[in-house]
Amino acid sequence: MRTRASNEAVVEFPSRSSNEGFARAAAACFASQMDPTLNELEDIKTAVSEAVTNAIVHAYPDSIGKVVLKLRICPGNVLELTVKDHGRGIPDVDKARQPMYTTGGEERSGMGFTIMESFMDQLTVRSVPGKGTSVVMRKRLAPRMKQGK
Amino acid sequence: MELQVKSADRNLLLEISGELDHHGARNALREVEQAIDAALPKKLVMDLSGVTFMDSSGIALILRTQQKMQLLDGSMLVCNVPAQARRVLDAAGISRLVTIR
Repeated sequence: MRTRASNEAVVEFPSRSSNEGFARAAAACFASQMDPTLNELEDIKTAVSEAVTNAIVHAYPDSIGKVVLKLRICPGNVLELTVKDHGRGIPDVDKARQPMYTTGGEERSGMGFTIMESFMDQLTVRSVPGKGTSVVMRKRLAPRMKQGK
Repeated sequence: MELQVKSADRNLLLEISGELDHHGARNALREVEQAIDAALPKKLVMDLSGVTFMDSSGIALILRTQQKMQLLDGSMLVCNVPAQARRVLDAAGISRLVTIR
């Protein structure tokens, strides 16, 4: 079920590795309105970095394609991050999510999904080979003392 | 990402700084391998004190460097790990595989 967001943003960029840092910064900047702790902000940046890197490395291995980062603030102080591509897709999502499993060669560790799972509360991966992949991550941020409105 | 290499007496110090992500680490593995091949160290120390951000790309770099050192019968130590990078290493359970101080 799709929950109503109190605020949302969509960022779209080509699958160039220089955009990994941009996607992290964009997510952190959007999340800052939720008054996150420094640790929460770092967790968000790390999870976004992993998801966007996957799209860049695996969805479009030999080409440049579109990557979409959707950011939503959901009820209960929950940040929802979606990283979507229209690339090659993942043939076996369960296998891809296993620690140390990678098809990316020696420069990849196979720990990307493990880190996303560890740093976020919820991770959903949907993929259709030849059509693309969508990674949805949710994290509830600790409620902070509010001052004024 | 920047890599500073210091070598003396078959000890190799690698000082890594900046953002250790997929983009930043693109050429890092090759550079580290070249430094190891040139120095043939018995002991390698990877100093992460200057790392401002690290994701699983850093894990790959650490694990591959360790494998390379094992081939040379050498040892490896990762030190001065900033808090964010430390949480990434802990989430992946890397301290079971690599000596971190």
